[in-house]
Amino acid sequence: MLSYIFRRLLSAIPTLFVIVTIAFFLIRLAPGGPFDLERPLEAKVMENLNRIYQLDRPLIEQYWLYLSAVLKGDFGPSFYLRDFSVAELFARGLPVSMTLGSLALTLAVLVGGTLGAIAALRQNSGIDYLVTGLGALGLTIPNFVVAPIFQIVFGLALAVLPIAGWNNGSPANLVMPVLVLALPQIAVVARMTRAAMIENLRSNHIRTLRSLGLPSLTIVKHALRGAALPVVSYLGPAAAALLTGSVVVETIFGLPGVGRYFVEGALNRDYTLVMGTVVVVAVFVLLFNLVVDILYAIIDPRIRYD
Amino acid sequence: MAEGAVLPAETLKDPVVGRSLWVEARGRLVRNKAAFGSIILLGLIAFACIFGPFVTGHPFDKVYPDYVKVPASLSSYPKPDQIEPNIERIGARVRAKAENITIKGDDVQMTLVGQRPIDERLLAYFERSDLFGAAKVLERADEGKRIVVEVPLKRKYFFFGTDTNGRDLLTRTMKAGQVSLAIGLLATFVAIVIGVAYGATSGYLGGRADLVMMRAVDVLYSLPFIFFVIMLVVFFGRNFVLMFIAVGAVEWLDMARIVRGQTLSIKRQEYVQAAEALGVETKGIIRRHVIPNTLGPVVVYMTLLVPKVILLESFLSFLGLGVQEPNTSLGVLISEGAKNIQGATWMLIYPSVTLVAILFCLNFIGDGLRDALDPKDR
Repeated sequence: MLSYIFRRLLSAIPTLFVIVTIAFFLIRLAPGGPFDLERPLEAKVMENLNRIYQLDRPLIEQYWLYLSAVLKGDFGPSFYLRDFSVAELFARGLPVSMTLGSLALTLAVLVGGTLGAIAALRQNSGIDYLVTGLGALGLTIPNFVVAPIFQIVFGLALAVLPIAGWNNGSPANLVMPVLVLALPQIAVVARMTRAAMIENLRSNHIRTLRSLGLPSLTIVKHALRGAALPVVSYLGPAAAALLTGSVVVETIFGLPGVGRYFVEGALNRDYTLVMGTVVVVAVFVLLFNLVVDILYAIIDPRIRYD
Repeated sequence: MAEGAVLPAETLKDPVVGRSLWVEARGRLVRNKAAFGSIILLGLIAFACIFGPFVTGHPFDKVYPDYVKVPASLSSYPKPDQIEPNIERIGARVRAKAENITIKGDDVQMTLVGQRPIDERLLAYFERSDLFGAAKVLERADEGKRIVVEVPLKRKYFFFGTDTNGRDLLTRTMKAGQVSLAIGLLATFVAIVIGVAYGATSGYLGGRADLVMMRAVDVLYSLPFIFFVIMLVVFFGRNFVLMFIAVGAVEWLDMARIVRGQTLSIKRQEYVQAAEALGVETKGIIRRHVIPNTLGPVVVYMTLLVPKVILLESFLSFLGLGVQEPNTSLGVLISEGAKNIQGATWMLIYPSVTLVAILFCLNFIGDGLRDALDPKDR
């Protein structure tokens, strides 16, 4: 197992390299630059800025400079948020986004999994239809609709929760963003768990357990284990996306996470910030794909990697 | 026993009609109440979105400055309590005071009293407002300092209310539905064409070609999707047709994987081997035998991809990167509604309900199709 993990980590390096390369040239090909303003800067000023940020070198040379800097762990200064380096921005924003994301993920697994399992056990009953209906609703209502409604209902009408802000991560401030983040995930997890559970409950090994007269709790445990596989494979990329922040939720609730950096960075041609975000997201995706594969082996003993 | 086994002669007259997968699937789909209802509802919504804007009587970009943010209502505007303040406002511009305002059906009569003789050309202010038609002078008195005027009311209906610029929200919602549906279909079409061709080729060729092609898909998968989309926005500016062709060009990855999986099992089938034995070239086998047989899952995935793309478009519009004014999409309307939720809830409710209805229908149709096309379920 350890050697498998090691090999997987090694094989992630070329992937990461390709991603960084594509992203680097893609953002450089985009028209405009980080210092383009409505009123153009003086030519001399522009020249100086370009020299300081090494933008006057040939593109290939810049690419090598960037790559070697990243290998040393230096993501460079942000072009747009001038007082910060990209690493500093992430050191600040990432904990916020990760707190929100991990809470939302936990909520999604617990609530979605429970609802899906209950719906599968009582297939075609009222509860089942309720869960399927709510699942469809959670999938279809966009989060930028849910978030303002929550703000109105809980923040203004009932006045039980703060409308927005981070406030050093106090629990009251976390409730609404976490709920908004979790709702679509709850819906997906519930749907997938339900579908996988129904299939599992009809399988041979569950029939055998039933014939042995085991208590229903034990049977449910076994069925859940089988049903967890597709859900886990969905949750890998979903977890990476959740932990790296959501633009919409962070904008609406005014949270200092990293989700906004993508949009801001790309629109302001903040090359280093965009590249930093790409690297962070790609690392998360690769990492969670690995976690999914390991979890697969733990859940399903038939899967062997060695 | 033996006699019973002989079929009556008349039942043997007609040749036995085989039931194809598609005929059976259609039967099952029609019997699925949620899916069939969704197909009808979606058809109605699409019909309303396409032809509705011609019927509402308001162009989608027509601004009514006197009707900014008026609530949704089934009865016509102007409301009785709107008439008097508006007449007083116009009266001030005509430099006269309005007295004895009486509403008679679709006409309003009033007496305008000025300190100096009233310039009747100024009565054009009535026509310029969104509430009234051309004014008609009925009586003049006091050397023109006192005139009796009759103005017709312009009856207008705003069933969904109006937005912050005073545009009819019903027309705009229909227009937005048009744009969103068109974008969804366009991007999905592009995604499916690329995904099916790529996946079928990769799966059929197998071996090293398959490995390389799927490895490329894996790499593209780990590229952050939002990054791709935002880069496309940056490249193509705000031209949304080009952009959604590009979004479709990004969304094909799942499709390629699904089709490849299907192809791997199809290529071991006897009919494919038969075609190979007869010397049909690879391109022909992929086009004539492999792709048609992968269409079941493709159709299902398509109905699920359309809502995904519509949601993506509304997400981009929410960020201000999508469709630009005066054109509109459901995402634009919803984000405007979210900004005005406190004073003007109708601006959020109607576009959201439309979007959710479209997405709900598409999801139910997708689920229904999946059940209908599942051969295990017969």
